[in-house]
Amino acid sequence: MNDATDNRDPIIRFDKVVKRFGDHVVLDELDFEVQRGEKVTIIGPSGSGKSTVLRILMTLEEINGGVVYVGGEPLWHQRKGESLEPAGEQHLRQMRSHLGMVFQQFNLFPHMTVLRNLTEAPVQVLGVSKAEAKQRGMELLEMVGLTDQASKYPHQLSGGQQQRVGIARALAMRPKIMLFDEPTSALDPELVGEVLNVIRTLADEHDLTMLLVTHEMHFARQVSDRICFFDKGRIKEQGKPEEIFTAPKEERTKAFLKAVLDPDD
Amino acid sequence: MFFGIEWDTSSQWAFAVSIFPILLHGLVVTLQATVVGFFIALILGLVLAALKSAPTRFIRWPAKLVTEFIRDTPLLIQLFFLFYVLPEFGLTLPAFLTGALALGVQYSAYTSEVYRAGLEAVAKGQREAARALNLASARTFTHIILPQAIPRIIPALGNYLVSIMKDVPVLSVVTVLEMLGVAKIIGDRTGGYLIPLSMVGGLYLVMTIIASFGVRYLDTHLPKRGLSLK
Amino acid sequence: MEWTSYLAPLSQGAWVTVQLTVYSTILGALCAFLFGLGKLSHNPLVKGISVAYIEIFRGTSLLVQLFWIYFALPIMGQAIGLDLRFPPVVAGVVALALNIGAYGAEVVRGAVQAVPKEQYEAATALNFTGRKRLWRITLPQAIPEMMPTFGNLAVQNLKDTALVSLISLGDMAFRAEQIRNFTQDSVTVYTLVLFMYFGMALVLTACMKLLERYVGRWRAAGR
Repeated sequence: MNDATDNRDPIIRFDKVVKRFGDHVVLDELDFEVQRGEKVTIIGPSGSGKSTVLRILMTLEEINGGVVYVGGEPLWHQRKGESLEPAGEQHLRQMRSHLGMVFQQFNLFPHMTVLRNLTEAPVQVLGVSKAEAKQRGMELLEMVGLTDQASKYPHQLSGGQQQRVGIARALAMRPKIMLFDEPTSALDPELVGEVLNVIRTLADEHDLTMLLVTHEMHFARQVSDRICFFDKGRIKEQGKPEEIFTAPKEERTKAFLKAVLDPDD
Repeated sequence: MFFGIEWDTSSQWAFAVSIFPILLHGLVVTLQATVVGFFIALILGLVLAALKSAPTRFIRWPAKLVTEFIRDTPLLIQLFFLFYVLPEFGLTLPAFLTGALALGVQYSAYTSEVYRAGLEAVAKGQREAARALNLASARTFTHIILPQAIPRIIPALGNYLVSIMKDVPVLSVVTVLEMLGVAKIIGDRTGGYLIPLSMVGGLYLVMTIIASFGVRYLDTHLPKRGLSLK
Repeated sequence: MEWTSYLAPLSQGAWVTVQLTVYSTILGALCAFLFGLGKLSHNPLVKGISVAYIEIFRGTSLLVQLFWIYFALPIMGQAIGLDLRFPPVVAGVVALALNIGAYGAEVVRGAVQAVPKEQYEAATALNFTGRKRLWRITLPQAIPEMMPTFGNLAVQNLKDTALVSLISLGDMAFRAEQIRNFTQDSVTVYTLVLFMYFGMALVLTACMKLLERYVGRWRAAGR
C-alpha cells in the first residue's frame, strides 16, 4: 500500500529518538514513520528496542533525545513559540487519547467484570453515559466473540479470551492508532489463533493505524503493509512483507529470519 | 526531688536539664524491664510453640486457645491480674518482676508464632529432603532446619523487642518507676507536664531508631542461607 | 458479693470500650489512608509530613502519646493562647486513632506499592487521571491486601483502649479497677474482664473477616 519512503503526512514520526536505560542505549537516534491507516509490524531480536517504540508512543517510557510526533503534534513536547518544551500531564492526556494499547500480559483490571473493564474508562475518562458505554461494550464483545462472558471476572477466562477483552478494552476508547505489544507471547499455543483472528479482522475491516510487535511471522506477513526489522535500536531493514520474508538484503535480517522460521535447523 | 536529684524550675531550660538525669534513672528501669520481659517471652513462647506442635490434639488445641486468649486480651488487664491474683495464691513478687512477667506472658503469644512460622517456612521442603537423605529426625532438626530458621526468626523477634520496650510504660500502673511513670510524677509534683512528657517522647524516638537500625543490621547481616551452629 | 452483680457496671464499661474501639478504628483507618498515601506522594511537603507522623507515632509508646495529648498539650496550648484541653474521651479516641493510624499507614503504603506496575500502565494507556487511577484501579486492588493486617490492628486497638482508663475514662478496664477497689475480689473481676475482652476480640475478628470477604468478593467469583 504505502512505500516505506512515502513522505506525505505520517501519523507517527520518530525524529532521531534516543532512549537509554542507564548505560544501555535502546533506541539509537531512531528515525521511523507510519502513515495513516498503515499496518506496520516490527520484528527483531529481543532487546532490539521493539517494545520500547510502542511504550514510548503510549507515554509509558520517556525519551532521552529527539522528538516523537503523533498526528503532526509532538508527543513528549509542547510547542512554546518556536521551541519545544517537555510536555505537561495535560498535553500527554490530550495526546494519549489518539492511542490504544494491547499488552503482552493483557493487564485487565482483575476487580472488574469483563463488561466493566470495557465501560470504566469511557465513562470515567471520556464522560460517556453508562448506558451508552454498556451498549458499545456489548458491541465490542460481540466483535471479539465474548458476549456470553460479559459478567465474568478476568481470572475466570482463558488467556486467549482475556486478550480478546484486552483488545476490546483498548478499542472502547476509539483510538486512531492501535499498539499491539507481543499480544500472543503469553498465550498457550492453542489459544494464539483466536487472538490473531480478532486482530486480522480489525486490520481488514477498519482504517485504524496499527503497529504490531510480534514473533508470529506468518501472521505478520498476512496482515502487514510493511515489516520493519529492528536491530540494536535502529531499523536495519524495512519493506513490503514479500521483500523482507523472501528476499532480505541485510545479513542480520537473513540470520534472524532463519533463526525464527527454521528454529530446528 | 526524685531519686535524690533536685529539679530546678527557675527556667524551662534549667528544668529540662535538671530532670534529664532523673529521666535517665527511669530509662534504665525501662531497659531492664524490656530485657527481662523479652527473655521471659522467648522462653514462654518456646514452650507454647512446642505445645502447639505436640503430637496429640488434646495438647495442641488447648495450647492454641491459650495463645489466642493471651493475644486477644489487653496487657493492662493481664498485668492487674498477675499483680492482684498471684499474691492470693501466696506468690508475692516485686512489682518490677510482676510487670516483666506480664510483658513476657503477653509477648509469648507473639514469639510462639514467630518460632512456628520460621520453622514451618523452612521445614516443608527441607524435611522431605532430609528424610530422603535418611537423617534421623532430631538430627534433621538441629542440623538442617534450625540453622535455616534462625536467620528468619531473629529479625522478627527483634521487632517484638522494640514493641515490648514501647509497652513498658504500662508497668507504671503497678508502681514500677520506668521512664514515663517518672515523668508523670515529675509533672504531678511541678504541674509542668509538657517538658518531661516531651522529653520521654524524644528519648523513646531515639531508642526505637537505634533499635530499628539494629534489627535492620541483623536482617541484612545474618546469612540468608543458614547459620552454622558449630 | 455475687459475681453477677459485677455484670451491670462492667457492661456499662464494655459499651464505652466498644464505642472507643469503633470510633478510634474508623478514625485510625482514615489516618492510615491519608498518611499512607501521603508517604507515596511526589509533593515533598506532603511526603515529609506523612513520614514524620508515621515515624513519631510508631517510634514512641501509645501511653506516652496518650499522656502527652491529655496532660502536656493543654499546657502547650496555654503557652500559645489556645484552649487545647480535651475531655478524656476525645483525648483517648484521638490518641488511639493516631497511634493505630501510623501502623495502618505503613500497611496502606505497602499494599498500594504491591499493586502490579502493569495495572498502573494499563490505566495510563486508557488515559485515567492520576486521581481516578488511584480510586478506581489501585485502591480497589490494594484494599483486599490490607485487610488481614487491618484485622490484627483492629484487635490491637481494642486491647489498647484499656489504657484510656488511666486518664479516668469509664471503660471496661476502669470499671474493673473500681470494683476491685470496692470488693477486693480480684480473681473474679479480672477473670471476668479478660473473658469479656476475649469475646469482644472474637466478634471484632469475625466482623473484620466479613469486611475482608466483602471488599475482596471479586477474587472469589466463580471459584
